[in-house]
Amino acid sequence: MPRGSKPPWPEGAFIAHDVDTALQEILGASLNNLAPSNKIKLAIPKTAENGAIVPLTVYADLDGVVSISLLAAKNPHVLTSTYMIPKGTLPYVSTRIKMQKTAVVIAVVKANGKLYSASKRVKVAVGGCS
Amino acid sequence: MVASTIKILAEIEGGITTFKALIRHPMETGQREDEKTGKKIPAHFILEVTVEHNGRAVFKALWGTGISANPYLSFKFRGAAVGDSIKLSWVDNKGETDSLLARIVKAD
Repeated sequence: MPRGSKPPWPEGAFIAHDVDTALQEILGASLNNLAPSNKIKLAIPKTAENGAIVPLTVYADLDGVVSISLLAAKNPHVLTSTYMIPKGTLPYVSTRIKMQKTAVVIAVVKANGKLYSASKRVKVAVGGCS
Repeated sequence: MVASTIKILAEIEGGITTFKALIRHPMETGQREDEKTGKKIPAHFILEVTVEHNGRAVFKALWGTGISANPYLSFKFRGAAVGDSIKLSWVDNKGETDSLLARIVKAD
């Protein structure tokens, strides 16, 4: 890219309705490229009373992490966010996402050219995507 | 003077700065209907958040409609010192922006 220009916001990734499309758009990968890793700690409530505010924290106990992406499999837009981790920044992020309905939340971590994942099923009492 | 939409708390302990921010923003998905008119409220959400320390980006977030309204964000990084400045900037899909400069303090 020319010096000083910024990559555009990846719209294709953020409007994807399914996990595979979202992964393809944001990471150029598919679900079966992801290696589940118990080194990724995904802390999220088992039941979210209010789907509009679901707190979550991800910490990846891995070297060389460059990005963390968070997907909610049954949201109208599956990819909620992606985070760039430069050198010196810890592989950690905490935020609050919206969840449409009970679904699996997946954290995808890119480290040393490989993709790792952790997922948890969250029960949603009242959906919060509108 | 318009109040900032951003609140920052950046605390350092053992060489690690824990950065926490709360941003006032509706994060409208574009799917919610106005109760009176029945029309959809247009999407209005933050696309990108950047945090800089000493002019260098130490964290960047790309957001979609799935981030909660009045977003909370926290991350951690090494290499700062007490008294250093840290700046959060955001831009949304309407091209609106805000930023706030804060100082890193020692954790209690």
